[in-house]
Amino acid sequence: MPAGKSNRPDIRARRLPDNEIEDNFGDMHPPLSRSEALIEADRCYFCYDAPCTTACPTGIDIPGFIQKIRSDNIKGSARTILQENIMGGMCARVCPTEVLCEEACVRNAHEEKPVRIGLLQRYATDPVYKEDIRLFHRGPESGKKVAVVGAGPAGLSCAHRLSVLGHSVVVFDRNSKPGGLNEYGIAAYKTVHDFAQREAQWILDIGGIELRNDSVLGEDVTLASLIDDFDAVFLGIGLGDVNRLGIDNEDIEGVIDAVDYIAKLRQARDKGSLPVARRIVVIGGGMTAIDIAVQSKRLGAEIVDIVYRRGPGQMGASGYEQGFAQTSGVTIRHWARPVRILGEKFVTGVEFERTMLDDNGKLIGTGEKSTIEADVVFRAVGQLLGSDLPESAAASLKMHNGKLSVSGDRKTSIDGVWAGGDCVAGGDDLTVTAVQDGKVAAHSIDRYLRGE
Amino acid sequence: MNMADLSSEFLGIRSPNPFWLASAPPTDKAYNVNRAFEAGWGGAVWKTLGEDPPIVNVSGPRYGAIHSNERRVIGFNNIELITDRPLKVNLDEIRTIKKDWPDRALLVSVMLPMNEAVWKKYVPMIEDTGADGIELNFGCPHGMSERGMGAAVGQVPDYIRMATEWCRKFAKKPVIVKLTPNVTNVLPPAKAAWEGGADAVSLINTINSIMRVNYETLTMYPTTDGMGSHGGYCGPAVKPIALHMVAEIARNRETAMIPISGIGGITDWRDAVDFLALGASNVQVCTAAMVYGFRIIDDLTAGLSDFLDRKNMRSVSELVGKAVQSVTDWQYLNLNYVEKAVINQDLCIQCGRCHIVCEDASHQAITSTVNGERHFEVIDAECVGCNLCVSVCPVDNCITMEQMTNGVDPRTGRAVSSKKADWTTHPNNPMRKGS
Repeated sequence: MPAGKSNRPDIRARRLPDNEIEDNFGDMHPPLSRSEALIEADRCYFCYDAPCTTACPTGIDIPGFIQKIRSDNIKGSARTILQENIMGGMCARVCPTEVLCEEACVRNAHEEKPVRIGLLQRYATDPVYKEDIRLFHRGPESGKKVAVVGAGPAGLSCAHRLSVLGHSVVVFDRNSKPGGLNEYGIAAYKTVHDFAQREAQWILDIGGIELRNDSVLGEDVTLASLIDDFDAVFLGIGLGDVNRLGIDNEDIEGVIDAVDYIAKLRQARDKGSLPVARRIVVIGGGMTAIDIAVQSKRLGAEIVDIVYRRGPGQMGASGYEQGFAQTSGVTIRHWARPVRILGEKFVTGVEFERTMLDDNGKLIGTGEKSTIEADVVFRAVGQLLGSDLPESAAASLKMHNGKLSVSGDRKTSIDGVWAGGDCVAGGDDLTVTAVQDGKVAAHSIDRYLRGE
Repeated sequence: MNMADLSSEFLGIRSPNPFWLASAPPTDKAYNVNRAFEAGWGGAVWKTLGEDPPIVNVSGPRYGAIHSNERRVIGFNNIELITDRPLKVNLDEIRTIKKDWPDRALLVSVMLPMNEAVWKKYVPMIEDTGADGIELNFGCPHGMSERGMGAAVGQVPDYIRMATEWCRKFAKKPVIVKLTPNVTNVLPPAKAAWEGGADAVSLINTINSIMRVNYETLTMYPTTDGMGSHGGYCGPAVKPIALHMVAEIARNRETAMIPISGIGGITDWRDAVDFLALGASNVQVCTAAMVYGFRIIDDLTAGLSDFLDRKNMRSVSELVGKAVQSVTDWQYLNLNYVEKAVINQDLCIQCGRCHIVCEDASHQAITSTVNGERHFEVIDAECVGCNLCVSVCPVDNCITMEQMTNGVDPRTGRAVSSKKADWTTHPNNPMRKGS
């Protein structure tokens, strides 16, 4: 197919009627009605030492919260969830349950259909935010002050638990709104309306937490000053930079970081006003790749290809997510790596080389080339800890694989500094893991502050 | 292909199958009974008639239910009274139905005060309709009992005998006495009915009950203008109570000769098998028809027919009473018999329910881990064979009880004996028979 006239890339807003876009960005999994929830809750076997709870990074007592749904004790159910995972509302929407709790559900062994734990969790927690139900209260003042950097899942989780434990917290965040990736990173159809903000506000409303927006670490505040001014510091700074493809011609117009576009999309009041390309190539194999591909399709892109250098089993995105992209009309191509961006002033396509594993299991190129035409190329090949952490601080913090190295208690190598979430090594970059990091760190900080 | 004969004869009353609709709302009018017979029901006991003027019902809730979370009706109760229509209307409709459906059993339930003259007046009027028999409602536990009828009669054997005698005196056709379960022992009422001349008993009627509280108003539920009254409990939840009472009558020497029509929570064909095998000659159904409609008769008849074929039985009568001899008193159970639970690891879905109930409520006889792995296995040295794990396991047939036929029971350290020994001769029994 020849390139468009005058070789200008075909990028424009309003590829679809507004109402279609609105439908496309509606709730991906609509909430359960009370009847649906009761029927689904009845499917839970109330397992002993339940595998789903073991599989949950935050260790929610899942049979316990489902049992409470069965008895119409929704508030109790929400308390069971949120006492282990203060972002139980967001996690109900974004957790890859198919590889966590729902994968572990014993119903899989019985009838190959797990209890829909994620949707039940949403059913139990929705009223908390909707009706602003207070489930937790600030503990007696300890007189200690903790700085939390980053108002994402890790930071807010840590701050909330610290407040419950009686400490005062100041949360610094580079953005104008709290929530971190919940607000700026998650696909729009996974968390519709202003849920991320409502949840963040509900968490902050416990009191004892001061939020300082638009505060950039290294610019407005330094790690050294935080260490001096506070009794403890928690870093939940996420990953500020994205990986480059490292190929020829990568800097021409039309090569875009997927995370930037996803953030714009989340913040756009009028999604139809966002320019969308007709033909899109996404390079990467994780959740970001899936999210950008599916959302592009839903904005009206005609042809969207995800290209990943290895096979389906190695993709960061779960099988469920891959299938979701495919039924959304996205083509996933495996075993190809980009070698060159095509185009002079604008992107016109990407040249790929076929890949395979050699006898030692190492990924190699076969030399066989192919081209996919594109108006826009999205980079979605991972993020890294970048300029968020000033070099002076980075130098004194022990790192592992480019991320912060922490102990089981989420302590960094600097005394009095803890870290959690995507910025620490060994995690899986999930919201739920970040929440757990924040919670574990808060308890460790509490023991530290009490001199235990 | 064999097809068992489902046709039934009870007290000489023939019906194409042993399934009658019990006296209740589904048999209140010709319209309903007509529909029931069209659907294939073998017979019906007409909703209880009383003296004119007819009673009145409340114009609020008559029914309440206990549901599963999926809103399956598990238990059901009602405060409806006997028919609220004039006697003549009912008698005319009964006459028409019997004429239109000569092959179906059509009986009439009656409830009359303790006064012989009243029975003398009404029994012949009822028999004149052509109905096949009369069922005496001595069971209705609500409303009517406050007026000295229904369960108020059924709870006093002398009254049962007296009223039955009056009815018998003026009736030419079979008389069945319907018994109330709201007694501590069902045998004296059954015996009194037989002595009074009843041809059979039917049981059970409904059980005194309050369904629940309304959690908002903290009143009982349901209510009529804020007040409620106990109702009669029925549905699947009451079946075990009914089966016990049926079996007691069937196995007791003094009552074993009384023909029984079994009632209580029958919903599918297996429930019918329960009643028939424990001594009922036919069965009556109400709640299931009220919950699902008359169409359930298809499963009842087809299921029973296929079951009889599988058992090589040619007729329902071959099944009747088959299980009665297996019902005995606890003291005669073989204390030398040993069973252990066995968990089929291929079927086990690892829910751990068996472990936690055994751990918390029984004998700590099921592992939760073996060699550090999640694994549920019976510890024979602790297992008393109680069947709790079998009862709670969500997977059919995953846990089974297996008899130990030889060797030493690791729990007691005693060799398994094939010799039967029960409590009557047990050394711990101070009342044991001398050996």
